[in-house]
Amino acid sequence: MSIVERQPPLDATERAAIAELIAHYPTARAAAIDSLKYVQQRRRYVSDGTLHEVAHLLGMSAAELDEVATFYNLIYRKPVGEKVILLCDSISCWITGRDQLAAHIHQRLGIRQGETTADGRFTLLPIVCLGDCDHAPVMMVGDTLHGNVDTAALDAIFQPAESDTP
Amino acid sequence: MSAIPRLPLTRNIRRGAAPFSRAEYEQADGYLAVRDTLGKVEPASLIALIAASGLGGCGGGGFPTGRKWQLMPGKDQRPGPRYLLINADEMEPGTFKDRLLLEGDPHQMIEGIILSAYALQADHAYIFVRGEYLTAIERLNHAIAEAEAAGLIGENILGSGFDLSVQVHGGAGRYICGEETALLNSLEGRRAIPRSKPPFPQVNGLWGCPTIVNNVETICNVPHIVRYGADWYRGLGVNGALGTKIYGVSGRVRNPGTFELPMGTPMRDMIEDHAGGMKDGYRLTAVLPGGASTAFLMAENLDVPMTFADMAKHGTRLGTGTAIVLDDKTCPVGFIANLQQFFARESCGWCAPCRDGLPWVERTLKSIEAGEGRATDLDLLLEMTGNLGPGRTFCALAPGAMASLQSGLQYFGPVFEQHIATKACPWT
Repeated sequence: MSIVERQPPLDATERAAIAELIAHYPTARAAAIDSLKYVQQRRRYVSDGTLHEVAHLLGMSAAELDEVATFYNLIYRKPVGEKVILLCDSISCWITGRDQLAAHIHQRLGIRQGETTADGRFTLLPIVCLGDCDHAPVMMVGDTLHGNVDTAALDAIFQPAESDTP
Repeated sequence: MSAIPRLPLTRNIRRGAAPFSRAEYEQADGYLAVRDTLGKVEPASLIALIAASGLGGCGGGGFPTGRKWQLMPGKDQRPGPRYLLINADEMEPGTFKDRLLLEGDPHQMIEGIILSAYALQADHAYIFVRGEYLTAIERLNHAIAEAEAAGLIGENILGSGFDLSVQVHGGAGRYICGEETALLNSLEGRRAIPRSKPPFPQVNGLWGCPTIVNNVETICNVPHIVRYGADWYRGLGVNGALGTKIYGVSGRVRNPGTFELPMGTPMRDMIEDHAGGMKDGYRLTAVLPGGASTAFLMAENLDVPMTFADMAKHGTRLGTGTAIVLDDKTCPVGFIANLQQFFARESCGWCAPCRDGLPWVERTLKSIEAGEGRATDLDLLLEMTGNLGPGRTFCALAPGAMASLQSGLQYFGPVFEQHIATKACPWT
């Protein structure tokens, strides 16, 4: 597993960045989601230790911040792979064959919704409508939006990951 | 000098290309409305203009924008910060119109914000964009920086004495954030649980201050109304309707997409002329006119003008104006089950009917679809449409979910019965 289970304490850069985010709002807690997203971008997910530290900077209790963190589906409180696959399961993508794509991902990468590949490269998560329904079926892989996805497109997206693996 | 537009919202949008820079936008007469208004027109007369135009909320409700603005207490009555909050948390399944406006012409959004904030005398504006809209967030931030550099945002804008800061706030998911009071909680760094109303956000919104929440498309109309007038705007619609609308359609049509058309354009014209009709081998069974929380409009009613009033006559709603087509090769029960799966998962969990009722509905529908339904299930589902209907829950999420179920039971009753009687889905 390449997933890091423990995260180091926040460094000076991270603390300064969170202070900067807080300065954008009338209250510190309004920067909660921005701060969680920021640390997640650097650390891939938000560990318990990181959550405690961020909460302290925001002047919130860890429980209060965890209440926020666990509500929002784009904040990950458990380790995820290097790239998160968000395969839309809402109506337009369902009509145009997203279930077949999920089956193909399972066949190809061996993961179902909520699971991470053994090599730690990909995590597959469900997602609501991505607002690109004229290109359904749609998914995001990391920060990249893919439209009109078919099994050939999936193979192309997952190809480099496999060739990198020794 | 550009010609007076008939389709103002998309006039600068070049699909597949980068949006206009500030310089290009200004070359196309952009920010002229701001230059002609700030410090020169009374804020109150701007609100009166928007009210006179008949502009309605484009997020799905259609509530008159001018009236909403008039409900905000004046600065003399309520000193202190005042906020304009743009709802760009587009997450209604089948809806992809605000993405077009945000990515395609971010300066139009910014100009609308400046004018609206001036009218409301709001000193801060937030654009709450769903976290997945990364391109929109990047383009908005770039446009804001350009506008700031040109003195169009900031302190004492164009020497008018009016100050405004504009900030993009990226979300972290959850459909319920689109509910305007849940949006306030989310922006404040809390769980996105709806607040009880009253007090309404106009009076008691962000951090207890007066706040106007408007949809992206609504505010994008403002610069054009300011520039060309209320009468011009009212004259853009057809079939008795006002203005234009970003309509759209997805599903098995030839050319799914978004189309700016006169408000009141018949659904059939959009689907057949603009979206090219159905793909070969598919027939249209029904349409959800404006997202997952609208009721079915059947094929025989396709000539209805796409307006709030006309859709209501057919038992449905215009909603976001982006339609989803149910075709004859798709099972209506599976279609509705998918919608209910969405609503069950997106319930914020605050009130019991929604939190517990929607998963029950979802499981019942999925068991019917899997051939494991019981005869009593249909009565149960019908009962749930009442238990989760308007007035029974804290916000509109569950009643919205019931729209497709209730109309589905009404129009596709025999299909449900066939699933249960034959213990199988006829489509698989």
